Amino acid sequence: MAQNQEGRNLLAIIGDEDSITGVLLAGVGQVSSNQKKNFVIVDAKTQPSTIEAAFNELTSRKDIAILLINQHIAEKIRPTMDKYTQTFPTVLEIPSKDHPYDPSKDSILKRVQKLVGD
Amino acid sequence: MSGPREAIFPTRMALTNTKLRLKGAQTGHSLLAKKRDALMTRFRAILRKVDEAKRKMGRVMQLASFSLAEVTYATGDIAYLVQEQAKNASFRVKAAQENVSGVVLPTFEVDRVAGSDFNLTGLGRGGQQVIKSKEVYAKALETLVELASLQTAFMILDEVIRATNRRVNAIEHVVIPRLENTIKFIISELDEMDREEFYRLKKVQGKKKRDAEAAEALKKKLAIEAGEAAEESAKPVSVLVDEEVGPGDLLATKDEDVIF
Repeated sequence: MAQNQEGRNLLAIIGDEDSITGVLLAGVGQVSSNQKKNFVIVDAKTQPSTIEAAFNELTSRKDIAILLINQHIAEKIRPTMDKYTQTFPTVLEIPSKDHPYDPSKDSILKRVQKLVGD
Repeated sequence: MSGPREAIFPTRMALTNTKLRLKGAQTGHSLLAKKRDALMTRFRAILRKVDEAKRKMGRVMQLASFSLAEVTYATGDIAYLVQEQAKNASFRVKAAQENVSGVVLPTFEVDRVAGSDFNLTGLGRGGQQVIKSKEVYAKALETLVELASLQTAFMILDEVIRATNRRVNAIEHVVIPRLENTIKFIISELDEMDREEFYRLKKVQGKKKRDAEAAEALKKKLAIEAGEAAEESAKPVSVLVDEEVGPGDLLATKDEDVIF
């Protein structure tokens, strides 16, 4: 787990248009030579299966260290999110403009709460 | 004798070995327990930090979204432009390592090359806002990266703590009792053998004593007989005759059942 982190130095993001624009402005965007992007835009019409496919593809890439995902999108593929136990890439749920952050829904925070609780 | 024990032959050497192993298991147990405690301390600290950082992230991202709204207001929609211009990431992360009692925790560090991407974005109007938004988002991402490394540490520590706990419990509830049982078994078997040996010696001694007594009695009897014989020798005739006659009689008598 800890040993395969070499070469992982990219961030990736699955999010709505605004969030993507923001992080791309900061310089996260990377488009490889074969037009593979490290960001996936999701809007209201995107199917959960499409999001899941994008999620699985990004988490299986070897050059991504952190995967950001909007919380309201993560909510749509919650079963997949809860099943995700790999250490790398780290999946981070971030708030979006229209959906303020709700700690109680976060897969990681749920575990945190469970551990602190007992 | 109860509980599982190791299949071992009860000898003194096995006892010594098992005792040594028990001692080793106890040392290992205390070491592992210490390791677990150290990890737990670290884990709790990280838990608190994760919780804090997640909340902070909410505020930071809100701020960032707001600055983007400003950009949209000043420049118009730049989403398409920005997406199309993204070619090479200038905002990357670097993985460093941290060691907590033998557990390697990766930490991410922001590795940012001052790029010139999007320099022309908002050239017409709103350039200031674009630059500001860029900075705000970079700051927000730094928070996110920090949070991500905390979260990774959290996941790894969680796993390692569980593994350590399993080991501690295995030693405490399986290995140590089994070794103790083995030691008890060996001791009881050795005691049993001791008792058997003691009993056997007793028996031998008793037998020897009986033999000795019998021999003594015989000797006494002989001595008494000899004494009597000495007394008798005062009037020797009859005894002497008797003694002369004894063996002579033996030779003289014929055994009916012996065939020559």
